Formats: sequence, C-alpha cells, structure tokens
Amino acid sequence: MKRMLLIMLALVLLATVPRGSAPSGVKVASKPFTESVLLGEMLTQMIRSSDRPATHLAQLGGTRIVYDALKRGEIDVYPEYTGTILQVIYPDHAELSSRQLQELLLQDGIRMSDPLGFSNNYAIAVRRETAEKLGLSTISDLAAHPELRLGFSNEFIDRDDGWKNLRTRYNLPHKDIAGLNHDIAYRQLASEVIDGLDVYTTDAQLAKMDLVLLEDDLEYFPRYEAVVLYRADLGKRFPDTVQRILSLEASIPTKRIMDLNALVVSREVSESQAAAVFLQEKFDIDNSVEDISVAAQVWQRTLEHCDLVRRSLIPALFVAIPLGVIAAKLPRLGQIVMALVGIIQTIPALALLVLLIAPMASLKLDTLGSGSATAVAALFLYSLLPIVRNTATGLSSISPEHDESAAALGLSSRFRLLQIELPLASPSILAGIKTAAVLNVGFATLGALVGARGYGQPILTGIRLNDTGLIMQGAVPAACLAVLLQIFFEWAEHHLVPAGLRPLSAGDADAAAHG
Amino acid sequence: MIKLRGVSKRYGAHQAVDRIDLDCPQGQTQVLIGTSGCGKSTLLRMIIGLVTPDAGTVIFEKRPLAEQALATVRQRMGYMIQEGGLFPHLTVRENAAIVPRYLGWPLDRTNARINELLALTQLPASMLGRYPRQLSGGQRQRVSLMRALMLDPDVLLLDEPLGDLDPMIRAELQEDLRAIFRELGKTVVLVTHDLAEAGFLADRITLLRAGKIVQQGAFSELIENPADDFAAKFVQAQRPVFS
Repeated sequence: MKRMLLIMLALVLLATVPRGSAPSGVKVASKPFTESVLLGEMLTQMIRSSDRPATHLAQLGGTRIVYDALKRGEIDVYPEYTGTILQVIYPDHAELSSRQLQELLLQDGIRMSDPLGFSNNYAIAVRRETAEKLGLSTISDLAAHPELRLGFSNEFIDRDDGWKNLRTRYNLPHKDIAGLNHDIAYRQLASEVIDGLDVYTTDAQLAKMDLVLLEDDLEYFPRYEAVVLYRADLGKRFPDTVQRILSLEASIPTKRIMDLNALVVSREVSESQAAAVFLQEKFDIDNSVEDISVAAQVWQRTLEHCDLVRRSLIPALFVAIPLGVIAAKLPRLGQIVMALVGIIQTIPALALLVLLIAPMASLKLDTLGSGSATAVAALFLYSLLPIVRNTATGLSSISPEHDESAAALGLSSRFRLLQIELPLASPSILAGIKTAAVLNVGFATLGALVGARGYGQPILTGIRLNDTGLIMQGAVPAACLAVLLQIFFEWAEHHLVPAGLRPLSAGDADAAAHG
Repeated sequence: MIKLRGVSKRYGAHQAVDRIDLDCPQGQTQVLIGTSGCGKSTLLRMIIGLVTPDAGTVIFEKRPLAEQALATVRQRMGYMIQEGGLFPHLTVRENAAIVPRYLGWPLDRTNARINELLALTQLPASMLGRYPRQLSGGQRQRVSLMRALMLDPDVLLLDEPLGDLDPMIRAELQEDLRAIFRELGKTVVLVTHDLAEAGFLADRITLLRAGKIVQQGAFSELIENPADDFAAKFVQAQRPVFS
C-alpha cells in the first residue's frame, strides 16, 4: 500500500513537471507545404537578424487552424495568400477590395502586409509540344479542342474557384476529367496519359518539365498573392519586428521563389538553408544557419515525443482505472462508460485533433505547437480504452471463491477493492497500461498534424518532400521507443504484480510437492 | 445460537431451499449432508448472509440476521470453503492476518494469535512466508482454518472443507478438526456429502434432499432407522466406505 502511494506520487510528479522550454520571442507559423515553410523560415530569420528571438512552428496545420491560432494570439505571424483568405476565411464576401479586406482582418486583430512580389495562382498547364502543335496560349483556346484529356487534383475539382465554375465561365466541352493526386498528375502528364492539368504557378516542376501556362484571359482565377499576416499588437510588443517583416514586401519575384522551391524539393538544401541564401543575397543578412546533426535532431524529437507521452498517459491512468472499477462494479453505468471510450477510439485522429482545438482554446490552453494541449488531450482520450477495458475485465474475472471468501470475512468493500480485488486484477491492468503506452507512442506521431512536433514532425515533412530517409528518422525511433516501453513494462510487471500471482518457478512447484 | 425458520430460496426454476427449519445449538457440531444440489451449501451461505432467503428468517443469537450489522456478525463467524479460498497474492501470514490488519490490531497481538493458531492447526512456522500455490492441499486447508479462527469466532461454518483432499490427508485432517472442535467448544455447521465424515464429526446430522429435510437427529439414528427410501439408499450407497 505504501509502495503504491509512492508510485502514484512519483507518477503525479512525472506528469506535472514543466516541460523544457516554451517557444520564446516572436512565434512564426507555416502551413504544411514547401513554399509556406520556406516563407516561414524567411520571416523567422528576418526577425532573428535584429537579435530578436523567434520560433518557427513549421507545418502547424491547414489554413483554418493556423488562421484561428493567429486570431487567438497563439502565434504572431504567418505567410498567407490573398486568394486563400477570400476563399477560406471570408467565403461569404464575394468581391472585396484590398482595403475592405484589411478592415475585415483588423476586426480579428490582424494586419496584412503588401504583396511579397509573387503570386501562387491556380493555372492550367500543358506540355510545350501540345501548345505549339495546337496553337494554345489561353484557356479560351481549349474550347476548340474537346479531344484533350485533362487531369485535375481532387481539391481543384471540388473547389468553388476550381473546375466546376471554370468550365462554365469558359464554356469548355471536356468530359471524363480524371481526379488525381497533384504529384501523380505531373507524372501522368509526362507519360502523356493526360494533356493538361491544374498547377500552382510557382510549382518547381513547371520549369523542370518545360510546361506552358495558358493565360487566364477571362480573369477567372482569383489572385493568390503572397502576403504576410501578423497580429495588430505585434508592433507594441516587439517594436522593430513589424518593420523587419514588411521589408520582405515586393522583394521576392516569381522566378526566385520557383528556384528556391525547386532547391528544397530536390532535397539539395533544407528550407532554412534556402531561406538563408535568399536573405543573404537580397538583404545581405548573414544568418549562419547551423546544420543540426541528425543525432541532435532525433534527440530533440525524442524529448518532445516523450513529453507528449508522459503528459497524456499518466493522467489517463488516474482516470481510466477508476472508470474500469466503475464499469466492473456498476454494470449499467459500466456499459455507458465502455461505449463512450469505445466511440472515442473510433474517431479518426485528425478529426479528434481538430474537434479538440475549440474546447482547448476556451480553456485558455495552448492549442497548437510543441506539446500542445490539443495533442495531449487526444492522446489521453486514446489511452483510456485499453486501460478501462483491462481493469474491468481483470476485476470481473476474479474467481467467485475469492469474492465469497472476501465477503465472508466481513471486510469493507473499499478494503476488499484495494487489498484484494485490485491486486488480483493487477496483471490484467498492467497489460492494459502496456497496450495503451505502446499505442500512445504510435498515435503521438499524429500530433505533428497540429504542430505538436515529436517523431511525427520528420514523418510529416518526409511525406511532403517524398523523402523516405526523413520518414525513417521519425518512424524508426518511434518503433524503438515503443519497444523500450514494452521492455520497461515487463520489468515493472515483475516488480508490481504480487509474487504469488507471477508464473510458477521450478522451486515453487517443488515446495508444493513436498509440503 | 443459530435458528432458521421457514427459509426458502429459489434460483430461476430451481427451488434450492424449501421452507426449512433448522437449529444449531451452542457448542455443538451440526452436519448438513446430502447429494449435490440438495441445498446444503445454500443454507450455510444464508447463515453468514451471503445469500438472502426469499422467505423465512435466519436468527443469530435471538435476533433476525437481517436486523444486524452484517460485517460485525461475519467477524463472529469463521467461514471456510473447499480449496480454502485463500488469496493467491498474499502469503500464509498475510492471509491469516487479513482481518486483524483490517481492524488495525497491533502487530504483536497479531503475531501472538498466529503462533497460537499454528500450534492448534499443527502448521510449521516455516510456512508463513509461502504463497498459497506453494502449499499442498492439506496445508491450504489448515491455513484457511487459521484464517477462520483468527478472531476466535463463536461460530465456525465449513463448506466441504476436506472435499478435495486425498484420503490419507483427509483422515488426518478429520482427526485434527474433531480435536479442535472439542477443544474450542465452538458452534459448528459443516456441509459434506461424505457420510463417514459426517458420522465422525457430527453431534447432530441433517439429511437434505431437493431443498427439504429428510431426516434430522443423531448419526446412529440415521444409520439404524432411515426415515424413508431415499435415506435408506443414501446410507446404503456409502456403507462400503466404513464397513
């Protein structure tokens, strides 16, 4: 009993010990695609060049997630596109002047910079030979060639500013449009399975594959001009920072960003190195981008990952074991408990993470970024089921003779639970905790979807850049951590399960035979 | 000491106990005997409140059991079941001392009582640190008896205490049990299906069949004057064991 109390105390301490370092200074964020991460790096290094600390929360999440974080003040600045703001943030306002948009944003406490110099629009691209053979130069020209096979990304087919309305506007006759993954569409075009596709005008592949962009002669596509969104109060908190950010205005030509994107996509340099090269050339800012060794990166992510696991798994123990007791003792309430934790388990990780952002924000907790409450809460919820179920099973499978003996001794139900039933169920409970811990390590990689970092970060980046090595940098340590935890729990089992319940050794059998 | 008046218990379609009256006088050993499913174990469980009768009353020391604090009553009754019902995660000492620990006895009082009971049950002190699975069947029953006697209860309830043992150990334990019953002068209710065991231990014997009492009285009376065909057959069936 005393030992159990000590263990519980140690667990509470372990769960509540504050995590290493909260991000300090100006918080820059980016969305999970190369150009956004690159721009985020530029902003971060630009701010740092004035000896102001800044943290880059790379690939924090999609537009809605990052914008809301900016609105709440969890981040200070991130790169965005005018078209995205109009389409995603203010879809109800059809035609907005730049000035009206500025005013709307200011109501959210957000300011918008002038365009950075390039726009990343949607466009239709064809191979150069197709364009020359058929004399295509505008999208209107497509109408005369219904035989051309077009393949579009799924998102482009669905969006309001995508294919549906493009077809109406230009009166295009094409049928049998293939819905494709964007990267695969490029390969299909190269192998002449399709003749045209939707592209982003700064895609690195455009130059590499020598594609021709068809002019949007009816001005259908919204302008996706790159801008910087930042908190209106940023200037008050960090006086010289806004000026630094705004120095990027009109400084990045389309050709330049395409080259930088291509450099990163070809894996020649990292985003931060590409950003440093640009800032050096353009502003003569000498940012020594330290090339962090793989080992140091893995160690950093290990700390972040363990942080997520400890802060979610330990609270789960303190909630799930009592819930398991309730499930075993009060069958009717128990059914509800089991159903609820079962349902939680079936919610897809991304959905659960997004659903949790609002409640976490209303509790004034960090919703995003390293070790955020959102990721911890999701992991906590996912850890409940195995522990609740194994506790309930362990308690209800205690043999009737032990139950009856305990009752006949006149012991209180509290004493019976703590001294007899829980120890008898302990092998099952520990097995449940072990399962939860191993699952937790795996699920924690998904925390990177809301910028929680850990081993999920290199996995996410690796998927974006199609870099298997980078994926392995997250996946292999995660697997190792799971195995280590497994070994730890086997050791713990040996010390926590009462000796009388452990597998019989040869000596025991001997003693019984001679007794 | 214990009186049952018109008690009945039904499990679904099965009438386990059917309007039974039973007296267990102070200091005597009452043996309940019968084939399996005759209701003898259910009667024993009623006495310690593990089973509540559908009808009728269990009276313990002149007051209905239902009006008394069950935990207090249970601490005045020692209960021992087949296989012993020892807790596998506790050592012999911890099993025997679980109620004193619950009641917060000082350690030396517990230890003194354990030493008394080791002598009474003839269990070597070297067994105290062992776990139940490291004991033989006979040793387990002796530990179970220690646990039942720990608080020096007025009543001992034993449900097939020797049911699972081999004949040699069984005979030895029967001797020891009889000696203990006589020495301590407890009110004992013992359930068995073994007529020889009943004859050896009983002051009074009650033969049950399908939840009803067939015959009640001294052992010799049951052997010499079976009340009906069933009683005669029951006696006949077990005669070779002790002839």
